[in-house]
Amino acid sequence: MTEKVKQGPEINVIRITDNAIDQFHAKREELIPILMEINQKIGYIPREAMKEISSRMRIPQSQLYSVASFYHMFFTKKTGSHVIKFCESAPCHVAGGREVWESIQEQLRIGPDETSPDEKWTLISTSCLGVCAVGPVMMVDDDIYGNLTPDQIPDILAKYE
Amino acid sequence: MQTTRSMVLVSSDPHSMDKGAEEVFQKLSEQIKSFKLQNEISLSKVSDIGRNDASPLVIVYPEAIIYGPVRPADVPYLVEEHLYKGRVASRLQAPTKELSGKIAWISARKGTLPAEQRIVMQRAGLIDPDSIEDYIIHDGYQALGKVLSEMSPQDVITSIKDSGLRGRGGAGFPTGLKWDFVANAEGEKKYIICNADESEPGTFKDRLILEGDPHNIIESMAIAAYAVGADEGYIYIRGEYMLAQTRLLKAIMQAKDMGFLGGNIFDSGFNFTLHIHGGAGAYICGEEPAFIESIEGKRGEPRPRPPYPTTNGLWDKPTLVNNVETLANVTPIIRNGSDWFKSFGTPSSTGTKVYTILGNVNVTGLIEVPMGITLREVISIYAQGMKNESSFKLAQTGGSSGSIIPASLQDTPMDYDSFEKAGVSMGSGALLICSEETCVVDLAKVLINFFRKESCGKCNPCRIGNQRAYQMLTNISEGLGKMDDLDKLDEMSKWLYEMSNCGLGQTAGSPLKDILHHFRAEVEAHIKLKVCPAGVCPMSGKAY
Repeated sequence: MTEKVKQGPEINVIRITDNAIDQFHAKREELIPILMEINQKIGYIPREAMKEISSRMRIPQSQLYSVASFYHMFFTKKTGSHVIKFCESAPCHVAGGREVWESIQEQLRIGPDETSPDEKWTLISTSCLGVCAVGPVMMVDDDIYGNLTPDQIPDILAKYE
Repeated sequence: MQTTRSMVLVSSDPHSMDKGAEEVFQKLSEQIKSFKLQNEISLSKVSDIGRNDASPLVIVYPEAIIYGPVRPADVPYLVEEHLYKGRVASRLQAPTKELSGKIAWISARKGTLPAEQRIVMQRAGLIDPDSIEDYIIHDGYQALGKVLSEMSPQDVITSIKDSGLRGRGGAGFPTGLKWDFVANAEGEKKYIICNADESEPGTFKDRLILEGDPHNIIESMAIAAYAVGADEGYIYIRGEYMLAQTRLLKAIMQAKDMGFLGGNIFDSGFNFTLHIHGGAGAYICGEEPAFIESIEGKRGEPRPRPPYPTTNGLWDKPTLVNNVETLANVTPIIRNGSDWFKSFGTPSSTGTKVYTILGNVNVTGLIEVPMGITLREVISIYAQGMKNESSFKLAQTGGSSGSIIPASLQDTPMDYDSFEKAGVSMGSGALLICSEETCVVDLAKVLINFFRKESCGKCNPCRIGNQRAYQMLTNISEGLGKMDDLDKLDEMSKWLYEMSNCGLGQTAGSPLKDILHHFRAEVEAHIKLKVCPAGVCPMSGKAY
């Protein structure tokens, strides 16, 4: 998996975007892999990146935005330093997911699709993560946690201090 | 999952408990240990077996012998005779005429051993997925060699047709027929796509097949491409499946280096290039037309069908689309023949099915069993019973788009035809097993919430229908439902089915239809009595 570049003012959006475009030879059908690369490197797809893709690949910005906003793994707004994805699907729900989901929101004091004021956390609910046998499941950045119970949440979150 | 030589079930319905089933169970456990058989024999309780005069019952698989009534004092003899010496303890056998109702199914299933049978998962976990050598040692690329040196494309299609293989993605369309459509479609350039966008909640079989045995999919795709006349293929894989992507990429490189992919494979003149295309998180991209759009770099919104991908697919060329599990069956069929394949499963649904077992049971995980096993067998044998002695209320099969099955249907054989007759969808093979602690309104709310979020928004019935259904279910769960909401929900499920553009919207209504059909009284209790019988719904009177 591509390492996320450290967030901060030093990120060179244009350079990362150009590299991503070159890596996939600026092909229209490679748009999703290109967006994925940028999303992974920067954590989201900034406006400047869309402008750059638009001018280099001759795709209207409106079309780019429509593709980027369609897929759940792409973010079009800046996210917190850590992104929590919580599985809201039925298998996790039935195995006790509801209580865990409440506990996460209580701990972070934010709701779904929100970023904490200190920009540390972004919380999203997601569809199935494909590890249902150990539900309830959540992902913090690239780490997967399964068989969750509400009282485990504070300890897990503390690891990302 | 550990496999055992024999499986012993003890009936634990109230009637059996009354007659000492618990003591029988304890005694069996002791005796099995005293013969040191505990690693070979699994022992579990089976509930909801119905009242009959021979309780308590002890049922021994795979012979499907029913003993009863068994008293604790009979147990040493039973264990020694049947489980240790392997002879039927005939004096303890239950008289056939006294077996009635739900218990009668067991003797009818004698000989259809509900044991694991691995065809598609044959190598997963046993070979090193990163090593093509390991795959080759385990019969890998033999089938491709056989196809390219001995068989014409039509021969390949014929043997797939003869095998009776049906699509494992959910719809159960005959695979050979689909191959025929693409082979007969006009056009020089054809594509083949492996649908690995496994997003149905509760399903992770394709991930394990790809992670455990990536070369099998590559080999099967090459065979399918040869059969239909394609020279280029794509594996459309979920963005979330990073490990599977990495392993597939590596496997493709290895196959290229060894000459199993690329130009003039096995000196036969057949060329095949294979690409991987990762998704980026969209349930709807499991729909054929939607992921074709996605491979072309667009929003994954489904195109109207017809025309079907078999004639107008990727870049408007004839395209064969098969699910991972379907493809994984291809190499074993070519190697062992269609008759071998037909020896598993039922006449109308041949082969095996991979199921994922989830929910309120003791053991969750993945099994591959012959088609036609029943849900009761899955729960009592593989899942080793319900968790915390709870009782079985319903199962949700096939992920969100599947069906909700009440306890009364748990003896229906799980194959395409029996399920179709019972109005149940086989779907992806996910079996979410729920105890009495699950509320149907709450479950339907979660399922509809899923569709509401995953709807692409292109057509109105799906975009608006799911939102409205969610609002109504939320209100019912808050104690604010009205009786005519039920008629509206019923109507909504019909509209979703009849008017939606693609499979997502068409199946979104099925949880609504199912809860109203099987659990209407429970839903009505939320409205009329303002009570959630399972004690799950908030009923706090907050409107959506």
